[in-house]
Amino acid sequence: MRWSRAVGWIGRGAAAGAKGVALGAVGLLAGLPLFSFAMVLSMLLHDGTADRTTHGPYHTWALVAAALLAATGPVWQRRLTDWTRRLLGRWCGVRIRSPYRPLPVAHGTEQRMLRLGRMLADPATWRDLVWTAVNACGGFLLVLAPVIAVIYGLGALASLHGGSGPPPELPGVPLPTLPPVPVQPAPQAGLAALLTQPWRHGALGLWAVVPLGLALISVALLAAPRLLTGYGRLAAALLGPTREAQLAQRVEHLAITRSDTIDSGAAELRRIERDLHDGAQARLVAMGMTLNAAEQLFESSPQAARALLAEAKQASAKALAELRDLVRGIHPPVLADRGLPDAVHALALDLPLRAQFSGELPGRAPAPVESAGYFAVSELLANVSKHARAQQVWIEIGHTGGALRIVVTDDGHGGADPARGTGLRGLERRLAAFDGVLAVSSPLGGPTIATLEIPCALSSPKTSSS
Amino acid sequence: MRVVIAEDLVLLRDGLTWMLQAHGMTVVRGVETGPELLAAVAEEQPDVLIVDVRLPPTFTDEGLRAALEARRTSPGLPVLVLSQYVEQLYARELLAGGSGGIGYLLKDRVLDSTEFVEAVRRVAGGGTAMDPEVIARLLTHNSGNGAVASLSPREREVLSLMAEGRSNAAVAQQLVITERAVAKHTASIFTRLGLQPSDDDNRRVLAVLAYLNR
Repeated sequence: MRWSRAVGWIGRGAAAGAKGVALGAVGLLAGLPLFSFAMVLSMLLHDGTADRTTHGPYHTWALVAAALLAATGPVWQRRLTDWTRRLLGRWCGVRIRSPYRPLPVAHGTEQRMLRLGRMLADPATWRDLVWTAVNACGGFLLVLAPVIAVIYGLGALASLHGGSGPPPELPGVPLPTLPPVPVQPAPQAGLAALLTQPWRHGALGLWAVVPLGLALISVALLAAPRLLTGYGRLAAALLGPTREAQLAQRVEHLAITRSDTIDSGAAELRRIERDLHDGAQARLVAMGMTLNAAEQLFESSPQAARALLAEAKQASAKALAELRDLVRGIHPPVLADRGLPDAVHALALDLPLRAQFSGELPGRAPAPVESAGYFAVSELLANVSKHARAQQVWIEIGHTGGALRIVVTDDGHGGADPARGTGLRGLERRLAAFDGVLAVSSPLGGPTIATLEIPCALSSPKTSSS
Repeated sequence: MRVVIAEDLVLLRDGLTWMLQAHGMTVVRGVETGPELLAAVAEEQPDVLIVDVRLPPTFTDEGLRAALEARRTSPGLPVLVLSQYVEQLYARELLAGGSGGIGYLLKDRVLDSTEFVEAVRRVAGGGTAMDPEVIARLLTHNSGNGAVASLSPREREVLSLMAEGRSNAAVAQQLVITERAVAKHTASIFTRLGLQPSDDDNRRVLAVLAYLNR
C-alpha cells in the first residue's frame, strides 16, 4: 500500500518533469522563426558594411530566407503556440481559449498577404511573441529545474556507486591521476561540489552524499507538479485572450449569431408563407369553387351536387390537417401547454422506435430557449429514425450548472459527424444564438450520444390554475 | 342522454348543441372555462362530458386537466375530449385509469355527424373512441415491435379499428366482412400479441390500447 503510494508519487513527479520539458521545448520551438529571422537580419546588417559585390549571392539568399521567414513565421508561430495551448490544457488543467481574431479563408497570393497582414495586426500575435521571449529567457527554467535537480541527485548517487572517485580508505591522499568520470567537472565549492565530487570531502562527504542526493531528488519530484502548474498559470496569463480580446470575440460571436438568427427567421417565414399559399389557401379556393358548382347544380342535378358537397367536405378536412401540421411546425401545442419535458416526451412517443424518456425540470425555461431546445431534439430524433438504424433511443432532460441539458442516445450504427452533416451544423448554428452548444459522440458501430446544452435560468414552476 | 359541453368558441358550441339535439340528446349546459366545467359537472351530473382541450383562462390544456379532474372526483364519468390536434401523450393520460368511458377525437370529426354522434354514444356507454390519427401514430411507434409487424395487412386494419374503440360488429360493417371473419382476425391478433382473449368488446379495446401504449 505504502509502496504503491510511493511509486505513484514518484510517477507523478517524473511525469510532471517530462511534460514540463516537452512544454518548454515546444515553447522554444515557437521562438525559432523569430530567432532565425533576427539572425538572418543581423547577418544582413553586418554584411551591409562589407563589399556588396563579392557577397552578392550570399546576400540574395539571406534576403530570400528573411522574406520566407517573415511570410511563414507568424503562421508557424501561431501553430506552435496553439499546440502549447492544447498541451497546457491537457497537462496543466488550464483551459486557454484561442485569443486570435477570425481570419479570412485565403486562396491565392494576394489573399494570403491580406491574411498575413491581419495576423500581424492582431495583438494576440504580439502577445505570443512576448510569451516566446519570456519562455526562452527563463520561463522554461521553471519546468527544467526539477529535471536538472534529479539528474544532479542521480549523478551524485552514481558517482558513489560506480567507484568513480578514489577508494574510500585513501582519503586526503593527493590524487595521482584525474578520476575516470566521463566528464570531469571543474572543482566547485559548497553543496554542488559535495554532490559532484564527494571524494574531495573525505569519508564524511562520501556518506553525506547519499541523504543529500536522495533529498534533492525527492524535493525535485515533489516540486515538479507544482512548478508545472505554475508554468501553466504563467502561460495562461500571456496566451489567453485579454479582456479586450474577449469582448471583441464576444461581439464577433453575437454579430454572427444575430445575422444567422435573422436569416433563419426570414427563411422560416418564407416557408410558412409558401406552405399556406400552396396548401390551405389553395384548398380553400378549390373548396369555394366546388361549393359554387354544387350550388348551380342544386336544382338540375341534386345527385351531382351531393357528390360535389362531399368533395368540398373532404377538401376542408385536408385543409385542416395541413394547417395542423403547419402549426405544429411553428409552435408545437404540447410545448405551449406543458413546457419542454412533456413536449419532448410527446416527440419520443411519436417515434417509430422504442423510446425511453427521463428527467424533469424544476421550472420552465424562457420560451425562446424552450422552442430552440424542442426543435433541436426534434431534429436529432428525426436523424436517429432516418439514418441511425437504431432499435431504441434514450432521451434525458435536466438542468445543471445553470444550463438546460438534453442528451439523446441511440443504439444505432454511429458514424454521425457534425463536420460532414449539414443538418448538425445548422443545428449548432441555431443553438449558438442562445450560446448553446452541441456535442456529438458517434463512433462507428455506435452508440451515438448527442448532448446539447443551453445556458438559461428557469422560472419558478407555474402553479396549476385549476 | 344529458350532455355538458365545454367549448369557448360560440360557433362550435352552438353547432355541437344543435347536432346532438337533432340526434335526440339533451345539452344541459354549455360552459367556456375549466372551473365552470367542474362546477357544471357537480351540479348537473351529466351522462357524458364533451370538452375542448384548449380553454380559457390559460388557453393551454385547461380543458384536458379539468376533464381529468372531473374523472377523479366522479370516477367513471364518460368524457369525450376534442382538440384541434391530437397527442399520444394526452391520450395516454386519459387512458391511464384503465377504465372505459374515454374519447379523444380531432375536432375535424365533427364534420361527419353520424360518426361523431355514434362516438358520443359509445363513450357515454362506457366504451372508447380514439381518433384514427392517435391510433395511426401509436402503430407507427410500435413498428419496431416484432409482434405487431408480424400481423397481416387485414389484421392490422382490424387492430386499428378495434383500437379506435369499435365493437366487432362495427369493424365488420366498416370492412364489409362478416362478424365471424372479424372474430377470427381478433383471435389471431390476440394470440400474436400474447393477450388474453375476451368476449367483451370494451375489454378487448382496452387490452389492445394498453398493449400498444406499453
